[in-house]
Amino acid sequence: MTLYIILTINSITMGGLLFLLSAGFSLIFGLMRIPNLAHGALFMLGAYFGVTFLRMEVNFWIAVIFSGVALAIIGGVIERLLLRRLAGQELAQVLVTLGLAFIIADVCLLIWTGDPIPLNAPESLRGVERFFGIVFPRYRLAVVVIALILAIGLWFLLERTRLGAMIRASVDDPEMARVTGIRVSRLFTIVFALGAALAGVGGVLSGPILSVYPGLDAEMLPLALIIVILGGAGSLPGAFLGSFVIGFIYNFGQVFFPDLAYVVLFLPMLLMLVLRPQGLFGKDPL
Amino acid sequence: MLLFLFKMKIPLFCLALCSVLVSSFLVVAAYAQDADPIRIGLMTVKTGPLATGGIQMEQGLDIYLRSVSYTIAGRPVEMIVADTGGSPAVARTKAQELVERDGVDAIIGPLAAFEALAINSYIAQVGIPTLSIAAAEDMTQRTPNPYFIRVSSSSAQASHPMGHYAAVDREFRRAVTIADDIAYGQEMVAGFQRVFEENGGRVVAKLWPPLNVAEYSAYIAQIQNVDVVYMAFAGINGLRFIRQYAEFGLQGEIPLLGGMTSADESILRNMGDEALGVISSSFYSSELPWPANVDFVSRMREVYDVNPGYYAVSAYLEAMVLHAAIDAVGGDTEDKAELMNALRSVELEDSPRGYVRFDEHGNVVGNIYIFEVQQKDGRLVNTPIKTYENVSQFWNYNSEEFLSQPVYSRNYPPAIYLGQ
Repeated sequence: MTLYIILTINSITMGGLLFLLSAGFSLIFGLMRIPNLAHGALFMLGAYFGVTFLRMEVNFWIAVIFSGVALAIIGGVIERLLLRRLAGQELAQVLVTLGLAFIIADVCLLIWTGDPIPLNAPESLRGVERFFGIVFPRYRLAVVVIALILAIGLWFLLERTRLGAMIRASVDDPEMARVTGIRVSRLFTIVFALGAALAGVGGVLSGPILSVYPGLDAEMLPLALIIVILGGAGSLPGAFLGSFVIGFIYNFGQVFFPDLAYVVLFLPMLLMLVLRPQGLFGKDPL
Repeated sequence: MLLFLFKMKIPLFCLALCSVLVSSFLVVAAYAQDADPIRIGLMTVKTGPLATGGIQMEQGLDIYLRSVSYTIAGRPVEMIVADTGGSPAVARTKAQELVERDGVDAIIGPLAAFEALAINSYIAQVGIPTLSIAAAEDMTQRTPNPYFIRVSSSSAQASHPMGHYAAVDREFRRAVTIADDIAYGQEMVAGFQRVFEENGGRVVAKLWPPLNVAEYSAYIAQIQNVDVVYMAFAGINGLRFIRQYAEFGLQGEIPLLGGMTSADESILRNMGDEALGVISSSFYSSELPWPANVDFVSRMREVYDVNPGYYAVSAYLEAMVLHAAIDAVGGDTEDKAELMNALRSVELEDSPRGYVRFDEHGNVVGNIYIFEVQQKDGRLVNTPIKTYENVSQFWNYNSEEFLSQPVYSRNYPPAIYLGQ
């Protein structure tokens, strides 16, 4: 019984972590219609920025924010200088993001070396909580709370602000949005920067759990892809639900079907693509 | 049009031909001037997730060659570094380049077993002596390669003694194992399980996270009702697992034992208190007390500011063995078969890991140590707490009997106590 309880809590915390990863990916996918294959690399870059800020003895939360801001700038620059030139050529854009992923990974290796670097959680969140004899790391619980706050914040941004309304309109029908006077191309920059910032924030926040190391990017990208296909591109509730679904599948799957660890992860994605290509909350087929 | 192209091409072709001829004359001239150098090809990994170990291999080799002023048997030594990127296909190409273009006399490396397997038939076919840390058991057991020699340890060579230590010295009875689901992890676990169970222990659960698993919490949740955990990880997975083990409050609650790369120096220097108390078995740590090692460690610290671990010392030892063999053949590296014989008969009385010789299959016989992670002068170190002397890859089993059984794997030897 305790195993089930531990697995359930694990699944929820993993879901929180995955939401930090996939929210930005989903936004970009929804608006720009391209899977940003550099998302894993941006996530890793954010984590490495966090490493550098923490080495400069910056407070953990400030490091999270700095990293988010730095990634927002980098994301904005990538969109303006590279993706903008290829507007409308979606395949070319995807290839550019793939190339960027490799470049970022190699630059990280050059700057931060190949050594794995663990990040330390803030002092107050180290240690464990005990509920009814079950031990649980405090920091992971904090990650779930942060993911919830972030989800609510993003929901508010998308559903209750003018910018959010413009983004939603452009996700649903970019041509029509353009006709009504929305500068869709500027939205692209904003959304790409926002997505990159979310990746950066997620990278630092996941550092104390995952550590930072070369290859982190390639491990996280498929997870983001699975979640967004499950949840539906561009749908925030989709990314949220998808993250927790994958959190549960991942944790329970590894215990009950240990030999099929990747099958249980990718099978739902395949089924979703065959049966409902637009995902749980997606509006139109990809 | 065609004719025009054809005309264009002839002068170009002549030019190319001339330059090739001239450059080869230059090379020949260069040969005649100097004493022909000994060329050592280092196959390592300098990019990607395995880069940490790969870079240390280069450092260890460099430190050795510096200590002999890049001269062996009166001939200058050239080190040619090839980066395989941790890819078997690239490893195969690089091996061919080293042999056919650079004309190396011996290869040190590659780093990973899957790379070694990719070049295995090639090195036997061209007959190039290869000294590698690739731990795959069968490379020196059921299908030995006559041109392959290993001075570090086969996968299970260091985990057999750990099984003994856990069952006999510490009297642990119920163990769970967790290892990377690759041959290296499987073979280490198999060796541990075999000796542990023969001495009264029981492996009650075996967990196999995929090599690239993002997170270990689902596995840690299954560690219940046992006396001890045995882990067998490669690369940086040891660091990630040990951290999460501590994060879930298991550090100090259930003792954690590990295989040779689970907590070696390359990992420890990036860790904190969460690694304290981890016990691992290996053929080397920078804390071994004799002069040959103290000297090596101080030179590594001086030049590269790191404590050498598994990878650095392996390349260093490989260079030592190669040096001894080239001396034994009087500096003549032309006859590769003879050089290979010399390599296999090398005995080192005084190396950083202690006494070293080779068995008939080309695998090292040497000490295996049990280490505990402790704090010393503000650094984490692996302090030796027990020595198993002159351990062979067959532990104390009869080698013929050992070889007549299947190679160690996920399911061999069978785990009969699972779930009990």
